[in-house]
Amino acid sequence: MKRFLGFVKKEFLHIFRDGKTLIILFGLPVVMIIVFGYVVTMDIHDVEVGIWDRSRDQETKHATRKIFSSGYFLPAGYLESEGEIGQFFRGGRAKVVVVFEEDFEKRLRAEGKAAIRLITDASDANSAQLSVTYLQGVLMSHFQSLNADVKMPWSVEVKSRMYYNQELKGVYMFVPGLMALILMLVSALMTSVTITREKEFGTMELLLASPLKPREIILGKVTPYLVLSLVNAITIILLGNLVFHVPVVGSIWLLLAQCMLYISLALSLGVLISTSAKTQQVAMVMSMLGLLLPTILLSGFIFPIDNMPKILQWLSAIIPARYFIVVIKSIMLKGTGMAFIWKETLILTGMTFFFIVAATRRFQIRLK
Amino acid sequence: MRVLATLLAKEFKQVFRNRFMVPVIFVIPLVQMILLTYAASLEMKGIKMAVVDQDYSQASRLLVSGFVGSPFFELSYSGNDFKEAERMLASERADVILHLYADFEERLFSEQRTDVQLVVNAINATEAGLINAYCARITADFNARVQGEWFGMETSGSLDLIPSYWYNPRLDYKIYMSSGILVILVTLIGLMLTALNLVREKEMGTTEQINVTPVHKYQFILAKLVPFWIIAIFELAFGLLVARVLYSLPMVGSLGLLFLFASVYILVVLGIGLFLSTVSQTQQQLMFIAFFFIVTFILMSGVFTPVESMPPWAQKINLLNPAAYFMKVIRMILLKGSEFKDISRDFFSLGIYAVLILTLAVTNYRKTT
Repeated sequence: MKRFLGFVKKEFLHIFRDGKTLIILFGLPVVMIIVFGYVVTMDIHDVEVGIWDRSRDQETKHATRKIFSSGYFLPAGYLESEGEIGQFFRGGRAKVVVVFEEDFEKRLRAEGKAAIRLITDASDANSAQLSVTYLQGVLMSHFQSLNADVKMPWSVEVKSRMYYNQELKGVYMFVPGLMALILMLVSALMTSVTITREKEFGTMELLLASPLKPREIILGKVTPYLVLSLVNAITIILLGNLVFHVPVVGSIWLLLAQCMLYISLALSLGVLISTSAKTQQVAMVMSMLGLLLPTILLSGFIFPIDNMPKILQWLSAIIPARYFIVVIKSIMLKGTGMAFIWKETLILTGMTFFFIVAATRRFQIRLK
Repeated sequence: MRVLATLLAKEFKQVFRNRFMVPVIFVIPLVQMILLTYAASLEMKGIKMAVVDQDYSQASRLLVSGFVGSPFFELSYSGNDFKEAERMLASERADVILHLYADFEERLFSEQRTDVQLVVNAINATEAGLINAYCARITADFNARVQGEWFGMETSGSLDLIPSYWYNPRLDYKIYMSSGILVILVTLIGLMLTALNLVREKEMGTTEQINVTPVHKYQFILAKLVPFWIIAIFELAFGLLVARVLYSLPMVGSLGLLFLFASVYILVVLGIGLFLSTVSQTQQQLMFIAFFFIVTFILMSGVFTPVESMPPWAQKINLLNPAAYFMKVIRMILLKGSEFKDISRDFFSLGIYAVLILTLAVTNYRKTT
């Protein structure tokens, strides 16, 4: 035991000696949560809108003012002809061009019908769709308010309640996702690289020749990262809470226990990777491609899994982060207990055991 | 010149001798193109809806059928137990609850107004906003129908809002995603390979050996950059081909212009890789720094979320983000057919950037320790 503790101490020293890595290890979550919290949002604002007003009457002027006072759109200028639309789009000056048809006001008064064309630069399909939806909303409510005195009878009104995230903050999505990403990164990537590094430099041989058992070597390598990852998890939860007011509705102890489970999973995965990689470069590329991208994309972190094609949905079933994110969301935001997440917990536990067994079987005591 | 040629030959050999390189160059783009492109959709379909209809009248059923019949929603529960529906929301078996009260129809006739409750799982705020918009649209259809068919009212003062989507009329997100992924690809490969290669030499101590030879600093660095520049350009061409075949990515503008811009962009990326390698001692350190920069570059570049949605200070920071320039320009050229005059500003900014970062990296690189 004393021998083992000594080894763990050595590993800690190893990490703490490297100041740069340490700063990054702790700085990374902080910077990323700020980047995600403030920068990566799908909210629409400041979309440049060009106006082609072929009618130039009171109604269209009024509507134009309404569009720009909504806070979502910025004026990109006035157009005079069809040809200019292409110029505006190609030069990236506007994302949307609103075209009021000729005699807009007259038609609206006489026929009770008038048309507005919303021409969008859909080279970015997602945001084009969002802009159109918002513009439609703004224009609809504007023209409805014009005849507000005429109340439509016999109508159904929708009263919406936003559960778990009343203010519709984007950061509620990102805190769980970021936890999954950073914990996976720090735990799996770091362990796989440190162990491979010892192999690459030949110092693994020294360790194996020492009286330490292979089990102890691996455990000793892994323990510091367990601690570091846990500190990271707590940092993310605290930051989310203090800066972005993301609550922890459920039990904090259950949350931390689940983090421990996920970290153990990531660590055993890291050990497994290190057993098959010969150089650090290989370990890094394997971790980056095998872990990073799937963790970002197939876990439901940014893009909902339900929208993906079936094959990717099946593929996402083997991504641990997918289950962890569900668990974190349930505990932090919904405040539900084990009754709702026992399935995910079971899967994560099963995966951890699988990785540990696989890593132990592949671990070679002798180097070639 | 002969020294440079020899060094280049050495670098090429070293890169391709690594059994690992070929799969990295060919397999990664394929996998990324396929996985990333399909995963990155905000298209909503199959939203799981739990319907709690406590009225079960003619009117309520008509409204419910409007929801169930739409392509957006999938019925996951139907009954009159709101508590059960709430539990489904908590366990992710439902995304939204449509709750019609027992007096739904009665109020519609007696008070001429009635309301329905919509409970949305709003953890994903974007999704919640869209769900809300869809529901409002379906309810508006219902209202118009009831007013017209049941009460014979004419709806007047209506407004026709006709959206049209240029450059991508079917709103095929694969087209714009795959062009964005090309940028990620080139950035990732260019930056990681250059930086790792140099630090590896440093860590292994082989840089020392080069340092004691009469090889000039600029020769050494040039020999390091050229192979990766070629690989990155090749990567882009390969990725374009894959995207063309898989997603019939349109190429409206000139490919020559695209590659001209790309060659400057790759210089910047390699310069950053080189600079990062001069400030780190071990591969592990470098990997973390590189990871941090790559993730920040990519997320802020506007590949997944629009740049306009970012706060002004973030858009200012984006001036330093090379990926933001290329992300914008690649879509402009490929999808919109923008010409040189449309992208000249970005081109020259990136050119200056390349000169600055390469100078910085070269001055920072020391032959002596």
